[in-house]
Amino acid sequence: MIQIHDLHASVGGKEILRGISLEIGPGQVHALMGPNGSGKSTLAQVLAGHPGYEVTSGTVTYRGKDLLEMEPEERAQAGVFLAFQYPVEIPGVSNAYFLRSAYNEIRKARGESEADPLEFLDIVEGRLKLVDLDDSMLNRSVNAGFSGGEKKRNEILQLAVLDPLLAILDETDSGLDIDALRTVADGVNKLRRKDNAFLVVTHYQRLLNYIVPDRVHVLVDGRIARSGGKELALELEERGYDWVTAEQGVGGQR
Amino acid sequence: MATIGSPPSKAWGGSADVSTAFAEQFGTTRPEGPAWLAAVRERAMASFQAAGFPTTKNEDWHFTNPSPIAEATFEPMRPPRGGLTTDHLTPWLFGETAWPRLVFVNGRFSPALSRVDVIDGITVMSLAVALREEPSLLERHLTRQADTEDPAQVFAAINTALMHDGAVIHVQKGVSAKAPIHLLFLSDADAAGGSSQPRVLIVAEPGSQATVIEQYAAVGGSRYLTNAVTEAWVGDGATLNHFRLQQEARDAFHVGTTVVRQERDSHFVSFSFATGADLSRINVYAGLHGPGCGATLNGLYMLGGSQHCDHQTRIVHFEPNCYSRELYKGVLDDASHGVFNGKVYVHPAAQKTDGKQTNNTLLLSERARIDTKPQLEIFADDVKCTHGATVGRIDETALFYMKSRGIPNNEARKLLTYAFAAEVLETIPIDALREGLERLTLERFTGTVNS
Repeated sequence: MIQIHDLHASVGGKEILRGISLEIGPGQVHALMGPNGSGKSTLAQVLAGHPGYEVTSGTVTYRGKDLLEMEPEERAQAGVFLAFQYPVEIPGVSNAYFLRSAYNEIRKARGESEADPLEFLDIVEGRLKLVDLDDSMLNRSVNAGFSGGEKKRNEILQLAVLDPLLAILDETDSGLDIDALRTVADGVNKLRRKDNAFLVVTHYQRLLNYIVPDRVHVLVDGRIARSGGKELALELEERGYDWVTAEQGVGGQR
Repeated sequence: MATIGSPPSKAWGGSADVSTAFAEQFGTTRPEGPAWLAAVRERAMASFQAAGFPTTKNEDWHFTNPSPIAEATFEPMRPPRGGLTTDHLTPWLFGETAWPRLVFVNGRFSPALSRVDVIDGITVMSLAVALREEPSLLERHLTRQADTEDPAQVFAAINTALMHDGAVIHVQKGVSAKAPIHLLFLSDADAAGGSSQPRVLIVAEPGSQATVIEQYAAVGGSRYLTNAVTEAWVGDGATLNHFRLQQEARDAFHVGTTVVRQERDSHFVSFSFATGADLSRINVYAGLHGPGCGATLNGLYMLGGSQHCDHQTRIVHFEPNCYSRELYKGVLDDASHGVFNGKVYVHPAAQKTDGKQTNNTLLLSERARIDTKPQLEIFADDVKCTHGATVGRIDETALFYMKSRGIPNNEARKLLTYAFAAEVLETIPIDALREGLERLTLERFTGTVNS
């Protein structure tokens, strides 16, 4: 699905990613963990094409194509989805219009016919239940006035509607109470298939109780310090991040 | 824009020479009316002639130079040759053919295009008819609100001197109008080179409620001047919603002044939508003369090309326990120029005033320009008043968010622009009107229809 090779990226001249290599295959869920400031969110944003980050070297191949050459909208149309850590409020654009525009752009890119408002409503109704959102939210502005939990659930709703091949969840668990966390995790689990993949970025292990990863990577100071199976997450929960940073000798200055 | 050809003769820079066209018109084709009105007209014309047109040295006209209007020496507007049918009205009716409406073409009332059934408790008639049939109402209210002495208000003075037609709406005590009353002022191709002076009077008696949509539009573009004045009196406990749509021809000039006097516990809700004209100036003045009043002044201006649109608003709190809310938004493209000059005065007696004033403008082009001047003048010590203005470009964070969902850059930009404008349109409580203006706005930026 995606091969990241020796990826370096910086913001404002400061290097944040310092040589990341990672490969995710179809049907897999990878967790990316690490202390604050280790570069987890930066990697997520770089993969989505945020213009604020400069990729200085390395390659990212997504389904055989050079991902870094693609515009953010082209990446989305090709099946890459980023669930934002801080979903953006867009007063004045309804969720329904926003989602349908995105859905139809992606359909268009795949050479499929666009859905009219009624067809689209059918599609959304089914997905709303998945994340326990009320259809009244469709007429509200995108994320405007939403609670933290509603915003995160809205991200997963978008994920469910847009049906990406590679979904990156950037700290989707932060700020969620345990019930909301379970709802979000259940939603994601129902969307797992043989032909799609997830990269779950999280600071805490608890989300991984519900979304069980195939692989866990620990990011420290812009590099992957350790990779392992799901048990690595439990070990981190128990021992904290310090032992990884100490072991790798990369220092915990960040 | 034309250059100023006349020598600066008056001390403050007024140019008397170019005012002669209106003065000649006043001398030769003096409108009819009762004796009291004739005297008012004389005084208004005299104050205009004494002042001349303002220049940018006048503080109220600092960002808008009216000399292109002065230079153009407009003739009285020619009557339409006819040929307009109700089909021509369709674009302007918001799909609501059942609303009572008065239609004016080139400043003249058109009974054939109008539709006024008898409405219980509400009088809707043309000014000419009202002068005959409602003389005492007009003597009480007509020309009582608009200031014609202030040199900054010469356009109101010109209207007062030369007004010949318009609309009068009288809502009886305790009566609630069921549908909006639609006043449609159209100019056709025969309007070229002419000026019209529409006058609207709205009297909302105590406890009444009414909604008036005052719309200025063109069928076929040409260069003309609309110089409109609307006066409203809102009695104790009454509510007046006033929607003003300036959609004139792109070559036209438009000056409009709305002056409202609010009595105790009354509410006035104003919306100014402006997308038309080459040069326009829109004044909205609300005086809160009783305690417990609320005034809401919202607006949206969307300009392109070399359009210039200046909004001047004034909210005057005379009495305690009143609130005012103001939100004006602008979207400026190309080399357009927007002006927002909003004043809120709080008199010493107006304790517990709660005022909020906001002007936000989105600039879509490097060459677009906004001059914004929100002003608070507070002379009471126990009030809560805030004001603020923002000028910005498209929010890059939101843009990235949309693109990350697959929406292409151009579409995302247009949608965000629409969204910026839609925030203020959402305040319009009349579904047909709100949806109509939303559609216009969306088409302007995306060429598609929202649903």
